[in-house]
Amino acid sequence: MAQSTQSDNSLNSAEFTDNIDGREKVGKVFEILFLIGLLVGLFVLALMLLNIGHDGLSSLFRPGFLTETPSRFPERGGIRPAIFGSVILGLIVILVAVPIGVGAALYLEEYAPKKWWTAFIEINISNLAGVPSIVYGLLGLGVFNYLLGFGATLISGALTLALLSLPVIIVTAREAIRSVPDSLRNASYGLGTTKWQTIQNHVLPYAIPGILTGVIISVSRALGDAASLVVIGAVSFLTFDPGLFQRFMALPIQIFSYITRPEPGFANVAAASILVLLFVIFALNGVAIYIRQHFTIAK
Amino acid sequence: MTQTTDYSDNSFALPSLTKSASDDIQEKFIAAILFSCALVSVFTTFGIIFIIFQETFSFFQEVSLAQFFLDTRWTPLFAQRHFGIWPLLNGTFSTSLVAMAVAIPLGLSSAIYLSEYAKPKVAAFLRPAVELLAGIPTVVHGYFALLFVTPALRNFLPLEVFNALSAGLMMGIMITPTVGSISLDAIQSVPRSLREGAYALGVTKVETIFKVVLPAALSGISASIILGISRAVGETMTVLIAAGQQPRLTLNLFESVATLTAFMAQISGGDSPRGSLNFKTLYAVGAVLFVITLALNLASYIISHRFKEKYE
Amino acid sequence: MTAQSTNFQEFENPVFTAEGVKVYYSGFLALLDVYLQIPKNQIIAFIGPSGCGKSTLLRCYNRMNDLIPGAKVEGILNYHNVNIYDPSINSVKLRRQVGMVFQRPNPFPKSIYENITYAPKANGYKGNLDQLVEESLRKAAIWNEVKDKLKEKGTALSGGQQQRLCIARAIAMKPDVLLMDEPCSALDPISTRQVEELCLQLKGQYTIIMVTHNMQQATRVADWTAFFNTFQDESGKRRGKLVEFSPTEKLFNDPTTKEAADYISGRFG
Repeated sequence: MAQSTQSDNSLNSAEFTDNIDGREKVGKVFEILFLIGLLVGLFVLALMLLNIGHDGLSSLFRPGFLTETPSRFPERGGIRPAIFGSVILGLIVILVAVPIGVGAALYLEEYAPKKWWTAFIEINISNLAGVPSIVYGLLGLGVFNYLLGFGATLISGALTLALLSLPVIIVTAREAIRSVPDSLRNASYGLGTTKWQTIQNHVLPYAIPGILTGVIISVSRALGDAASLVVIGAVSFLTFDPGLFQRFMALPIQIFSYITRPEPGFANVAAASILVLLFVIFALNGVAIYIRQHFTIAK
Repeated sequence: MTQTTDYSDNSFALPSLTKSASDDIQEKFIAAILFSCALVSVFTTFGIIFIIFQETFSFFQEVSLAQFFLDTRWTPLFAQRHFGIWPLLNGTFSTSLVAMAVAIPLGLSSAIYLSEYAKPKVAAFLRPAVELLAGIPTVVHGYFALLFVTPALRNFLPLEVFNALSAGLMMGIMITPTVGSISLDAIQSVPRSLREGAYALGVTKVETIFKVVLPAALSGISASIILGISRAVGETMTVLIAAGQQPRLTLNLFESVATLTAFMAQISGGDSPRGSLNFKTLYAVGAVLFVITLALNLASYIISHRFKEKYE
Repeated sequence: MTAQSTNFQEFENPVFTAEGVKVYYSGFLALLDVYLQIPKNQIIAFIGPSGCGKSTLLRCYNRMNDLIPGAKVEGILNYHNVNIYDPSINSVKLRRQVGMVFQRPNPFPKSIYENITYAPKANGYKGNLDQLVEESLRKAAIWNEVKDKLKEKGTALSGGQQQRLCIARAIAMKPDVLLMDEPCSALDPISTRQVEELCLQLKGQYTIIMVTHNMQQATRVADWTAFFNTFQDESGKRRGKLVEFSPTEKLFNDPTTKEAADYISGRFG
């Protein structure tokens, strides 16, 4: 064995500076900074919820708040038309966007050949997912209000929101379908069943939890969107539950309209309306998390 | 060997293997329906482009490109009408700047902490919390900015009631989950072997993060930031509620400004009749917005796909 | 240059006849002109080093190669005198007749019962499903182990049981051919032995073509063995070809071709 020229066993001590402690201290500082960064966001979230809860809880539990139509005075009346509008909007979005979105995802994953135009469709969808909702409002205004002649009605709003939700549903559905292992498809084809039978019986059931998660996330985004509905022409005051071809409103619009009224008291009903909206959205997201955890097929 | 009874000589009755008209038709029909679903997305894009640019073209018949891009005042609703786009761009720019100044440090810190430091149980609990933050509608951020943040900050800053700072701060909080979760995916995709190589050489954890992990995750992180900017530029309600509707060319964050989106919402909610010049400004401004976000989205897509190729 | 094996065997009423079958993957010729007849109710093993084309040819028999993007098959491949690569042939109908068992067991994440009944139901089976399930599981020598847990998931079984379930599932379609692509390579020795015994019992009713990388397995179960090999052509690219097709005992004790002799002796000792 070569003769060591150092007298003790802390090798290389002559060649490197003993700065480990200093570096570790710096490391600790950064660790704390990173943690603070994480906590700031959560802290603000908590602050928002507390503030809004404080402002709005008393109005929320006022009898009739959820069931009556609005009045000119913030201490009276309720937000029922807005709730009704949001519920109908949500239902139509699900009925329209889910079949089209899942259909598009199935086509792109199971049927489309790898040509240039499939890449084009993919880039296109990726862009659409990032287009601002107010631009979808412009689209809806042009196509549904004017071109198809529906005017500033509930159906125009619903279809606009459906278009808004489509890209996210397509992207999440594609990922879910892609995660179905090929061995499952091969087993089905090997037994002499058709492509559609394979998709219906094996691919879709396996992919449904992932697809559902994407649907719920997309729908909650649509429920919270006000910008596109402002362009479509949702009204800020309504005294009846609208039909598909009538003027309409939705919770985010109601909230916005209350916020912009300077008179005292409106801030409280705005906060209360926010609580209703948040409740629906959190409930939906909770369902998504539950589905993801309990229904993903164990390999 | 046992004599088989199933196939004797040539009398194995092979069922027909040829295609019948009906099998093919059913499969082709289904493929066609699914294809048309995919086409809806293409039509959506073409619809947006067609509608916006048709009205924009008509707008530019009345307002010259020079006016639009060189004038520094935007006053379409006043008696003295000016159509310079810069004040609106300024509003969008200053609020987005504040937003990214918040979202990048907070988002990256969250991503780094959750990926490199947090115990798995803690991370499993915190990640849904961050996702919850992402689900909050933007009217809520607007409410909080106007009715809590601005009053609170006015205690020590000379803020107007509507100002770019509060709106920008809350937009930043809104975008943090976007930057955070995409960066988290990028950081988690960096192979363990890279980190272990550094640790084995006697490099500390934080040095490894800055010199090995973050550079390796750079394209994913850049993509997340660009996507964050795109969301900030396109955001409407927060700025409409808290930043104001006064177009101004100013870098002073304490004053009220109007963004591209706020103006569009303002016109929509107003009584400009269809076909009027004021109404067309809605589309012209929309066109600018669409082009900016398209460029940002494409950049993000290209960067993130280069990153996916590296690790797959 | 053709790669016709040096001893083309003819049979009376062969199940499959390949005449000049070539397979391309994305333009690359991977398997050269195959001339091969498959006899009825026997076990035929395909052996050879990796890349020699044995699995490729196997997947031609039920047109599973169709599912690989860029795969192209030329030549004539007759199944009971019908060219299955004719454009008028429906590959789904072909696969009802020619079943397949894969290298890694791939039962559906459904109950054992549903695993067996899925394909028959999809194909409009008119008989009694319960009877079909019992019959198939019995033939696959797994009925006694699972008869009390038909409602449990197929994926909850052990590896060897899963593979026998997959065999039962294939049998339930009442094919006349069973293609097996290295069916035991993911299994332990005991399960391997069980599957081999099963194949020996089944050959009375089915024609079995089995790809295996284990030469001893071929000697244990196969009546005939086809030896494939890779070769380097003039351009330096590696392609696959069929070298020799003989009764198993003859191939291993007294091979006709030098290539086969080299391959076989290279493996021992």
